[in-house]
Amino acid sequence: MTSETLVEINDLNFSYGRHAILKGINMTMPRGKVIAIMGGSGCGKTTLLRLIGGAVAPSSGYVKIAGQVVHELSRDELFQMRRKMSMLFQFGALFTDLSVFDNVAFQMREHTNLPESLIRDLVLMKLHAVGLRGAHKLMPAELSGGMARRVALARSIALDPLLIMYDEPFTGLDPISLSVIGNLIRRLTDALGMTSIVVTHDVQESLKIVDYVYFISEGVIAAHGTPTEVRESIAPFVHQFVHGEEDGPVPFHYPAESYASDLRLRSSFA
Amino acid sequence: MPRRIVTGIRGIGHRVIDSVWRLGRASRFFMLMLLKSTTSLRRFNLVIREIYFTGVLSLIIIVVSGLFVGMVLGLQGYETLQKYGSESAVGTLVALSLVRELGPVVAALLFASRAGSAITAEIGLMKATEQLAAMEMMAVDPIARVVAPRFWAGVISMPFLAAMFSTVGIFGGYLVTVVLIGVDEGSFWSQMQNAVDFRYDIVNGVIKTCVFGVAVTAIAVFEGYDAPPTAEGVSGATTRTVVTSSLVILGLDFILTAFMFRGMS
Repeated sequence: MTSETLVEINDLNFSYGRHAILKGINMTMPRGKVIAIMGGSGCGKTTLLRLIGGAVAPSSGYVKIAGQVVHELSRDELFQMRRKMSMLFQFGALFTDLSVFDNVAFQMREHTNLPESLIRDLVLMKLHAVGLRGAHKLMPAELSGGMARRVALARSIALDPLLIMYDEPFTGLDPISLSVIGNLIRRLTDALGMTSIVVTHDVQESLKIVDYVYFISEGVIAAHGTPTEVRESIAPFVHQFVHGEEDGPVPFHYPAESYASDLRLRSSFA
Repeated sequence: MPRRIVTGIRGIGHRVIDSVWRLGRASRFFMLMLLKSTTSLRRFNLVIREIYFTGVLSLIIIVVSGLFVGMVLGLQGYETLQKYGSESAVGTLVALSLVRELGPVVAALLFASRAGSAITAEIGLMKATEQLAAMEMMAVDPIARVVAPRFWAGVISMPFLAAMFSTVGIFGGYLVTVVLIGVDEGSFWSQMQNAVDFRYDIVNGVIKTCVFGVAVTAIAVFEGYDAPPTAEGVSGATTRTVVTSSLVILGLDFILTAFMFRGMS
């Protein structure tokens, strides 16, 4: 692992009971880059994020962040590490009983002894970065989906993390909000020098902003490369995914018995 | 037929094993919560905020119910006692019934339905909307930050709510029997003062409310934290909080009463 690598994933396997979710995953994520992890629904993308964040332990293999193996850390050590990382949940996961301001200030109040006046300035700066300084008094219920995602983004950069993980950040957004969130991810990553891992199935938006893409299919890395390589790829799975084709390596039909036998047709008609 | 019997027995076995697992999880959760309560007690403003939501906002239902229960007790007590010419003892009847039994039990039942269900629904929804997971990822322990303050707020609020219930209930009894029916005011209060013993009646009543407060709030926070993160899961957990709490309150009340008041004349 070079000193420029922040996250290293080596031969990672994960199963729920007998059902294997991830099989032999290897990835390297350099500092200061935006990495996308793509794949169809239920392919194990979110599980991979949970493994990186230490929410679950792998069956074998490891995830190393800044040289530390995540699943070998004690709970206190894991919490120490989590102060340097952050996660943006699919629908923001804002604390509904706190205002926008208090949501962004939450970690500062929990983990630091900064005076309230300084916290106020920092929170307004973070909210300004996502364009919502004027909304700091609102409650989460008063925000649109896109605004909630931006507040969550401001909250996730509250303590200037080394690593941010985004779980489906583009889901359910209108085209303007989608573009705003995409650009913010890129801009904040560059400005703060952090590493971003974006789990998504929104191909077009993410290819505009990421540095490297991993495709996961059926628990293994099906392909990987830069956005240009991915767009030009002729690998059947990547081609089907990038161009949204209905049928291909990922079949349209769920596995079933023959159509004729399901419809109980006699052999002469079948 | 044998297969159906085997399936039936297996089903019973699964349910028993699930219940034992759940009981184990609940005990572990309760111990963890107690261990992590130092944060809540150090940052007492978190508990005070929750006392407002669980205690203060439950006051209306407690006061109104207490008033009506006291009024009904007064009416019924007067109706029976006057047959024996002892209507002046109605104050004693109202006070003892409320302080020993109805105050703690009815207040706890109302607390379980009003505040217990709200605690379960809130924690369950925080789980379903990934707020608890987000907190974990921010290196903040949800048991210390969300669960423990709600637990202690419930434990602290319960005795005050029950005391309020009994006080307003006695006032309701006074209104009906003294003001409306015309029982002698002096004997109403003096007989009550003579009959109600501080140690046996009031302290035992307070002990009951403390036990009920711990039981109801522990059930409420556990059900919320353990709820499946779906709409159906949260609604099921809320119902379980009310049903389990009510049964536990009534069961514990019998046990506590048996220990506290046996052999008393």
